[in-house]
Amino acid sequence: MVPAVLATLLLLVPLVAMVAAADWQALPGHLTSPAAIDALRLSLVTSTVAIVFCLLLGLPLAWLLARVDFRGRGAVRALVTVPLVLPPVVAGVALRSAFGRSGVIGGPLLEWTGFAFPFTTYGVVLAHVFVSMPFVVIAIEGALRSADPRYDEAAATLGATRWTTFRRVTVPLALPGVVAGTVLGWARSLGEFGATITFNGNYPGTTQTMPTLIYVTRQSDQAAAISLSLLMLLVSVGILVALRDHWLGTP
Amino acid sequence: MSAAPARPLVADLRVADRVDAAFTAEPGEVLAVIGPNGAGKSSLLHAVAGLVDVEGSARLGDTDLLTLPVRERRIGLVFQGQLLFPHLSAVDNVAFGLRSRGEGRARAEAVARDWLERFGIADLADRKPRELSGGQAQRVAIARALATEPDVLLLDEPFTGLDVSVQMALRIELGRHLRDFPGIALLVTHDAIDALTLADKVLVLDEGRVAQVGPPAEVAAEPRTPHVARLVGLNLVPDGDDLMAFTPDAVVVSLQEPEGSTRLRWHGPIATLAPHGDAVRLLVHASPDLLADLTPAAATELELVPGREVWLSAKATAVSRYAARR
Amino acid sequence: MRRLAALVLLLPLAACGGGDDGEDAAGGGARLTVLAAASLTDVFDELATPFEEEHDADVTFSFGSSTDLAEQVADGAPGDVLATADEASMQLAEDAGVTGEVEPFATNVLTIVVPAGNPAGIESLDDLAGATWVRCADEVPCGKVAVSLLDAAGVTAEPVSLEEDVRATLDKVASGEADAGLVYATDAVAAAAEVDAVEIPGAEQALTSYYAATLAQSEDADLAADWVAWVRSDEGQAILGDAGFGSP
Repeated sequence: MVPAVLATLLLLVPLVAMVAAADWQALPGHLTSPAAIDALRLSLVTSTVAIVFCLLLGLPLAWLLARVDFRGRGAVRALVTVPLVLPPVVAGVALRSAFGRSGVIGGPLLEWTGFAFPFTTYGVVLAHVFVSMPFVVIAIEGALRSADPRYDEAAATLGATRWTTFRRVTVPLALPGVVAGTVLGWARSLGEFGATITFNGNYPGTTQTMPTLIYVTRQSDQAAAISLSLLMLLVSVGILVALRDHWLGTP
Repeated sequence: MSAAPARPLVADLRVADRVDAAFTAEPGEVLAVIGPNGAGKSSLLHAVAGLVDVEGSARLGDTDLLTLPVRERRIGLVFQGQLLFPHLSAVDNVAFGLRSRGEGRARAEAVARDWLERFGIADLADRKPRELSGGQAQRVAIARALATEPDVLLLDEPFTGLDVSVQMALRIELGRHLRDFPGIALLVTHDAIDALTLADKVLVLDEGRVAQVGPPAEVAAEPRTPHVARLVGLNLVPDGDDLMAFTPDAVVVSLQEPEGSTRLRWHGPIATLAPHGDAVRLLVHASPDLLADLTPAAATELELVPGREVWLSAKATAVSRYAARR
Repeated sequence: MRRLAALVLLLPLAACGGGDDGEDAAGGGARLTVLAAASLTDVFDELATPFEEEHDADVTFSFGSSTDLAEQVADGAPGDVLATADEASMQLAEDAGVTGEVEPFATNVLTIVVPAGNPAGIESLDDLAGATWVRCADEVPCGKVAVSLLDAAGVTAEPVSLEEDVRATLDKVASGEADAGLVYATDAVAAAAEVDAVEIPGAEQALTSYYAATLAQSEDADLAADWVAWVRSDEGQAILGDAGFGSP
């Protein structure tokens, strides 16, 4: 009982304190500044694109981990969770080593196409995918593992191909987990800061997401930073609540 | 989808540590598979379906089912516990197989509704499985398996978990559908009534091997395994190369060793004592275990209680004697 | 239960309030906590050694962004000396009334840094046009200096990134992701192994000044004052000079 109350307070008090510290008079001005609007738009666009990639790549991986017994499955599963515990800055450095201008992949890429990920919106999406993918894969894999595989067998006896089974049986049955993974991954992506700023830097309109803007704004204007933080809080809570009501079906 | 052509199923299946059984089944035939728990009944069905690793063959005409992927086998499997897709309505469950085999949505749904109609549950078409009673769900499950017009219908304990009255109704209904079914039906059951009423042929499985195959009446009259004897309520005693079967009411219970020349006497402690119809049925730990029916008055007079040593005997004229192996 | 909850909530606060009194410091000597701008990291570490010997004291540092440190100090964070890389941050602490006398002790100028070997061939501010280059964000001190320097030089080229501090700027160049960056001369000296410096003519027109002040919350005001005096002494200035800093 006491730990539960403490936990709630610990989570709630800082948020309430931040709301209390807001400068409500200046708030509308802070939120309608071009930098804020650009950053919010960029955040929403990059997180959404990133989560689409996470699902496209992560769903098959989650299925593979949950349903197919292959050599090295344990190793792959462990590997998938690594970005989860990696400090974001380290994630940024790792991304740079791979996709930077002289990175393992980034180097040849630059040489052949003239394109480099750092300092671009593509780079932001890449960083978001990297940090969000584990959430998506782990949540969906968990849901797939708890779903009864005999339903897949039933589908097979009825003549369904693996793909039809995946699409019409496996995924729908794991839907709560898929939705939860998507929301978690998307939220992680929306809040992503460390890997992005390390790998991509910070420039309005191309790489400056809300968390980055809040971080640099804080250096000069604490009140504006709080206003922007409130906006982030509002957007996150709003979307989580909407999804909770409409999708997760929590009582 | 064309009707299943008339081809017999000739199977010789080996599932590691579970099944080593050969059998044949003719088109239109219902083959009941009975045997104690762990005898490999479900494994046998799953081997035909392709859901467990199996060696051997299962020829349907010229085709060996075991060489085909599960989805190309043209089988219909009714799972224990139904396994209806919980996110799909009844009609979508039944239409699933047709859709998977390339039928258009409208046509598949029409066929599915027709099947639900045949099972008398057309009005439940749009319900989700969780909104169906056990009997209704089982009807949907059977309709789902039949809708693809399979060559082989596999039924795994289709009445388990249902109320007795629901079982009776569904058994009659299933019997009607099985009569109309042109393919081969394999019915796994642990209930003698299913085997006796629905099957054309009974296959007794014991520790993965075929112990007996024959028409239901023959198997019931001359069981070769203690399990089947128990299922049909007979005492079964080995005697050299022969087996002796006799009904519990042919057994005489006494406290002293019976006099006379009969070899047919055994003794041991009473294990259980319970009402059985108008009689009282004893299970006696003789060698082997034997059942004996006697009147309540007789049971009271003899002061029978569990643990008490009793003598059992049977008249030779009440015993049917037959070869243990053919 | 309510009382217990309150107690547990207060515990960490009590620990923060009482933990830094210095009595438990190893060696039995006095203890000095200096909050300093990140760009002072290397040189302050160097300055600490002779100071510790002379005063039999133990100097600990908390390096961070000047603004962050000033805000922490204004909020009452424990510490003896605050050293910032700009005037505005120090002003923030001064306005909160937690500083003693504020004294300038060093200056710094901006320089261009390029990855070793200068692959993009950057020789002046004008070469930045069309290059992938980075500088500090407008909001942080090194960015303010950069903006005024670039304005004075009439350079309109846009960077690809506005970094959160000078270390991040340097990092982008050292890693080779950027062709060039604007950092303090001192940072270029410190990172000479990884980057080459290209001096900017007239850079001293956009000087940044470093300020130090003793703090009201200091437990040992004399030792704090000694540190400020040591940094401003001839010997201290020589060490700062070696690290690339200019005199105040």
